[in-house]
Amino acid sequence: MAEEMAAPGGRPVLEAQGIVKIFGQHRALDGVDFTAHAGEVHALLGENGAGKSTLIKILTGAYQPDEGELRLDGTPIQLRNPLHGQSFGIGTVYQEVNLLPNRSVAENLFLGRQPTRFGLVDRAGIVRRARELLARYGLDIDVRAELSEFSVAVQQIVAIARAVELSGKVLVLDEPTASLDRNEVERLFDVVRGLRADGLAIIFITHFLDQVFALADRVTILRNGTRVATQPLAALNTTDVVRMMLGKDMAFEHHPSALAGGPRGAVRVEFKGIGRKGMPPFDLAIHEGEVVGVAGLLGSGRTEVARLMFGVDAAEGGEVRVDGEAVSVRNPAQAVAAGFGFCPEDRKLDGIFGDLSVRENIIIALQAKLGWFRALNHEDQIELAGRYAEALDIRAASHDMPVKLLSGGNQQKVILARWLAIDPTFLILDEPTRGIDVGAHAEIVRTINRLREEGLALFVISSELDEVVAYSNRVVVMRDREMVAELEGDAIAPEAIVEAIAGTTREARA
Amino acid sequence: MNRSLRPLLATALIFLFAYLMAVGQHPGMLSTRVVGNFLTDNAFLGIAAVGMTFVILSGGIDLSVGAVIGFTTVLIAVLIMWVGLHPLAAFAVALAVAALFGAVMGAAIHYLRVPSFIVTLAGMFLARGGASVLSPDSIGIEHDFYTAVSRSYILMPGGGRLTVIGMIMLAVFALAILLAHRTRFGSNIYALGGSETSAALMGVPVARTTIAIYALSSALAGLAGVVFSLYTSAGYSLNALGVELDAIAAVVIGGTLLTGGYGFVAGTFIGVMLQGLVQTYIVFDGTLSSWWTKIVVGVLLFMFIVLQRLVFRAGPRRT
Repeated sequence: MAEEMAAPGGRPVLEAQGIVKIFGQHRALDGVDFTAHAGEVHALLGENGAGKSTLIKILTGAYQPDEGELRLDGTPIQLRNPLHGQSFGIGTVYQEVNLLPNRSVAENLFLGRQPTRFGLVDRAGIVRRARELLARYGLDIDVRAELSEFSVAVQQIVAIARAVELSGKVLVLDEPTASLDRNEVERLFDVVRGLRADGLAIIFITHFLDQVFALADRVTILRNGTRVATQPLAALNTTDVVRMMLGKDMAFEHHPSALAGGPRGAVRVEFKGIGRKGMPPFDLAIHEGEVVGVAGLLGSGRTEVARLMFGVDAAEGGEVRVDGEAVSVRNPAQAVAAGFGFCPEDRKLDGIFGDLSVRENIIIALQAKLGWFRALNHEDQIELAGRYAEALDIRAASHDMPVKLLSGGNQQKVILARWLAIDPTFLILDEPTRGIDVGAHAEIVRTINRLREEGLALFVISSELDEVVAYSNRVVVMRDREMVAELEGDAIAPEAIVEAIAGTTREARA
Repeated sequence: MNRSLRPLLATALIFLFAYLMAVGQHPGMLSTRVVGNFLTDNAFLGIAAVGMTFVILSGGIDLSVGAVIGFTTVLIAVLIMWVGLHPLAAFAVALAVAALFGAVMGAAIHYLRVPSFIVTLAGMFLARGGASVLSPDSIGIEHDFYTAVSRSYILMPGGGRLTVIGMIMLAVFALAILLAHRTRFGSNIYALGGSETSAALMGVPVARTTIAIYALSSALAGLAGVVFSLYTSAGYSLNALGVELDAIAAVVIGGTLLTGGYGFVAGTFIGVMLQGLVQTYIVFDGTLSSWWTKIVVGVLLFMFIVLQRLVFRAGPRRT
């Protein structure tokens, strides 16, 4: 289905063919083709883990492919590092501006190639040339001022100007708009459109779909390390793109009716007006024996909600009630005291203590809740670990082995066990099935269902729509940091979720 | 105004204010004699502080400076008095040895990814220990060249003497200002201090620059050792104990940010002079313990660190 269509612009400039990149056992890219043409903006889309950033790193020279070939203007090239890529004409501008905050704008533009006179840097010349250069981008600023005095948007444009000056064939924009407001984005887009008209090949990575439609000519969508499609955007609508990103075809399975409209208990946890800077306040009540599933694209604010709920980021205003009583959740310790548990998105970084044993990982939250002076004795620890390991079917040769030696699925269950040990009222799971093998997926889903039946209130974030559908009583859909839709009962179906994410109802294709 | 100028301006104002206060109490301090002594007495510290400025601007630290000065004075004394080299030849050897020593430290910092703090701490022990092995006792230097140098000076109006070593320091500062602000090497130093990752992505030769910075710092410490040797006509392994800390203080009081990236060589000059001023004041006063210098320097240092925090906290934004 991935037919390469003729680009609206000119000849191919940068071509990647059959790119394979393997990290350990994991094939991050599995035979991906990608072509950027002169005079086009080519968007690269994909969910987290789809291989987007790996592909970009190969195109710019930060990584070397294990298989496959890069060609620039038809000639095969091998890039040693980004600097080498730059010398071939491939420039990159990153989300976090990779310039020098402590130096002047002019110096940032000319570092490494300052004009000199009698061995000394010609400062007046640099200032004059910097002014001329930025005037072409419609930027009239004091180029002698420190870069850090300017807004991120201006810094991005300076970075683009430098990259284009040095490279001039391919410009890679890696999430350039993530920290810009609407006007700044428009300003940046004007600059990019100008460069497209000049015949540059521009590769644009973002997770804002509306920006893709506003700027790009073609889109390549990656999923699980392979290319799903490369198509002109004119032939697509948002729903098509979301569906390709999430890997859904038209044959959606239906919501298991057992769950639909089932009885639910009293309100367990209630969040009212919880929000903070950059995250509009939300209201949400979760009932006893209810799973609220959360769907939305990467960057839609899903994880931010979870962090606010658990007090990782303190909310500005709003209130939290547990069983009707107001509680303070300003930090994770208070959240634990209120009976909350949180399995974070990045298990290795934020979840497990890799070098501690399975047993220690399980008892740690309970011990933290009890405090330092009521240490669990060894026998109790062994008993607890044994009980939960059995209940969750954690497969480890010994409960004294370091948890980092376990498989991803078993590690996830260890974290679940850790929270179950404190006898929680409310569990927050952020991408509980990410990075674990397919067999273990089903087990995690079963576990979530069982916990719900036992009366726990759960809040589960997932990109896997099949799974969200399989365990949720309710699905909250997030877009642009707001909860834009709520589906309940029979309305819960992958197709409906995709439409809510895309923000469209089914419509005829243009 | 460029915000990195603010600490420099503050230093300059404090120096001016302190000098006027001192002159108010002891009118004798307003003379070219005092200024001449300022320059002479602080020459070795000033030269070492220039090297330290480059290191700190790049985001590093060099703790070996005092030890390298001490080692150099001993090496020079040994070469002149025991080996019989002409002082100028001895100076050349000493500077080459010091520069090589610094280059090795720079290479260790870059290639082994060891913090500069650790590497130069090891360098400090090595240099100090090496000096004691060469000669545990002080070696006096008697040579016509030394006598001639100590008798050469430019008479300033008002009877002050601008000595050879004072002139060496002024020349070092002048060249260093050019190096910092008007050469690609200077830009690369600031770039490293701003962000090593960005600098590397922008094509700064990180390895070469790092090695050159530490070689330069040690070479300047070596030159400070030459000046110290001319100043005292002796070589002793315990010379210049703790001078690296005085140099760091001068750099920070001079407005350079201890975390790198911001600062001026000229500021370091004022930082050195401010320390000299306090010492001179104590001499003029006659009743104060010389330890008051340390106390004043401590207070100033603390003030400047607080000032820099305030200036560099979330800078202003234009659009």
